[in-house]
Amino acid sequence: MNINTTKIISLLFFIFSAFYLYTAYQIQVFAFDENAPFNARTFPIYLGYAGLFFSGLKLILPDPNTIKVDHKNLEYKKTGILILIAIIYGATILKVGYFLTTSLFLFASYYFLGERRWILMFLLSFPFVAAFMYLLHGILDIYLRDPFLKSIGVMG
Amino acid sequence: MIEGILIGLTTALTIQNILMVMVGCFFGTIIGMLPGLGPMTAIALMIPITYGFDPATGLILMAGVYYGAVFGGSTSSILLNAPGVPGTVATSFDGYPMAQQGKAGKALAIAAWSSFAGGTLSAIYLLFMAPSLSKVSLSFRSPDYFALMILGLTAIAAFSSKGQFLKAMMMVVLGLMLASVGQDSLSDITRFTFDNMNLTDGISFVLVVMATFAMSEALTIILKRNDPTSAAKQVSLTELGSIKINKEERTKMYKTIPRSSIIGFLIGVLPGAGATIASFLAYGMERNVVSDEEKEKFGKGSVNGLSAPETANNAACSGSFVPMLTLGIPGSGTTAVMLGALLGFGVQPGPRLYMTNPEIFWSIIMSMYIGMVILLILNLPLIPYIARILAVPKNYLIPLILFFSVTGIYVMSFNNFDIYLMIGIAVVATFLRLYDFPMPPLILAFVLGGLMEENLRRSLLLSNGSWEFLWDRTLTACILATTMIIVLWHIYKTFSKK
Repeated sequence: MNINTTKIISLLFFIFSAFYLYTAYQIQVFAFDENAPFNARTFPIYLGYAGLFFSGLKLILPDPNTIKVDHKNLEYKKTGILILIAIIYGATILKVGYFLTTSLFLFASYYFLGERRWILMFLLSFPFVAAFMYLLHGILDIYLRDPFLKSIGVMG
Repeated sequence: MIEGILIGLTTALTIQNILMVMVGCFFGTIIGMLPGLGPMTAIALMIPITYGFDPATGLILMAGVYYGAVFGGSTSSILLNAPGVPGTVATSFDGYPMAQQGKAGKALAIAAWSSFAGGTLSAIYLLFMAPSLSKVSLSFRSPDYFALMILGLTAIAAFSSKGQFLKAMMMVVLGLMLASVGQDSLSDITRFTFDNMNLTDGISFVLVVMATFAMSEALTIILKRNDPTSAAKQVSLTELGSIKINKEERTKMYKTIPRSSIIGFLIGVLPGAGATIASFLAYGMERNVVSDEEKEKFGKGSVNGLSAPETANNAACSGSFVPMLTLGIPGSGTTAVMLGALLGFGVQPGPRLYMTNPEIFWSIIMSMYIGMVILLILNLPLIPYIARILAVPKNYLIPLILFFSVTGIYVMSFNNFDIYLMIGIAVVATFLRLYDFPMPPLILAFVLGGLMEENLRRSLLLSNGSWEFLWDRTLTACILATTMIIVLWHIYKTFSKK
């Protein structure tokens, strides 16, 4: 069997399905439901077996269309930084508020992607988010939590 | 019937009502373009405003918002690969690649004309078949629905190119597994939550679709920035192309639109099925009926591949009004919201509506149709301007896509956990996409997962645990036989090519 990344993904999916199946069997059902033709664990159990079946087949059968990815050409660093910024954005949005975190997230993302036109970067972050916030919060009446704007008295 | 149509037209064609439909279309398009805010939200937002008007005007405004939001959803699918609603996921399969090839204007024009044609044909079907179809839709039982879901998932064979069938099936199972997270709908027992309260309600559709489409697309673009083939793509994005549809493309659409409108309308009539299944089935069927040469273009910017789901989802929108108006059963989330609005106006949809208040029945149908006409007139001239979104440099567009994705989730849940979950799913999806694991089957399975389990549960409970329900009813057996034929046909095609 030729080992390639697709096979490794299939193996990981096989392990994941086995774990899913094990967890499905652990689902607690009501005593009167235990022997019912269908209960809360029936469908997940079928899914677990289906996952094992298809990933098992993918592992065993030959793979004529091997996908080759040229890792040298992939921008792992920039992608990683962008993901990190998004995680920080997610971590701070509730505490700091929508306006400041979103504006900073956009500004930082433009910067790390190589943009250096400062005025445009500013316009497409702070005023842009303010306008978008006005559309959601002011016009469409969709609540946006913002402790920062509240603390400076801009938002009620 | 002609008298009814005339009454409907007289109500809908006043200056005030035409103005309402224009305003509705405009706002609907804008709201529909925002990820996370689909037709259902758009109509829900309009309900308090419509209560200030008489019922017909209120319904006309909602009709404009509805079709505007559907078109807006297609626009974000085509331009940003960010379908905000399930019904426009299939639109992105060929619409987005077409936009990537510098034909964004054309893709939007094809979507607009297909939607219009789908809506027009389904309005005709609605006029003639509404009363009789309501009886047919009532004859569908749980085993039939379960078989229909299986058929829907088998359509994934249409999405998988040669040698990708097992990958597609793995994605189907993964989608169903994701859908199984959260409370069991009947017993309220929590499953796969690992004592995390944030997972009790399950994973939201918008989260999964934003993660697997918009966010992972943005990450893939950054990841492949130095890839020579991606660089070529970026250059072509500066060309927005014309909105003119040439003769060859029109010929393709003439064939696709009638068959997709029939599928869309019939699926839309079934309560609970709706535009999503309709668009996926229409896409799958279209791929099966076109020539081998055209088949190769599917997923890479095919005219048929874009026209089919757009026609079907609009036809299904009209179709979903059949059970709502004739039986009082909403066929989709959107019609459920509209049903609430109708009840608020003091209009009671149901079997008696068609008989006792034909003027309301026809006014609704006519206003829906006029909404579509106005939408086409308003949006076609705007297409070149809307398509300019793609001319935004990648350094700005990528963060903006991420921003829209996160905002879509944030306004829904106000929850950090959902944002982390979305980033996690997006990272996994990006990795899977690198190795050609298709995402559409995952999304379809995720959408159908809950319904599928529900119908399997009812079928098994009613048959006391026996699987005989699969062949007991002729309708179930016919749907499953169709599924078998599709699978066997694909196996035959695979081996015959070898």
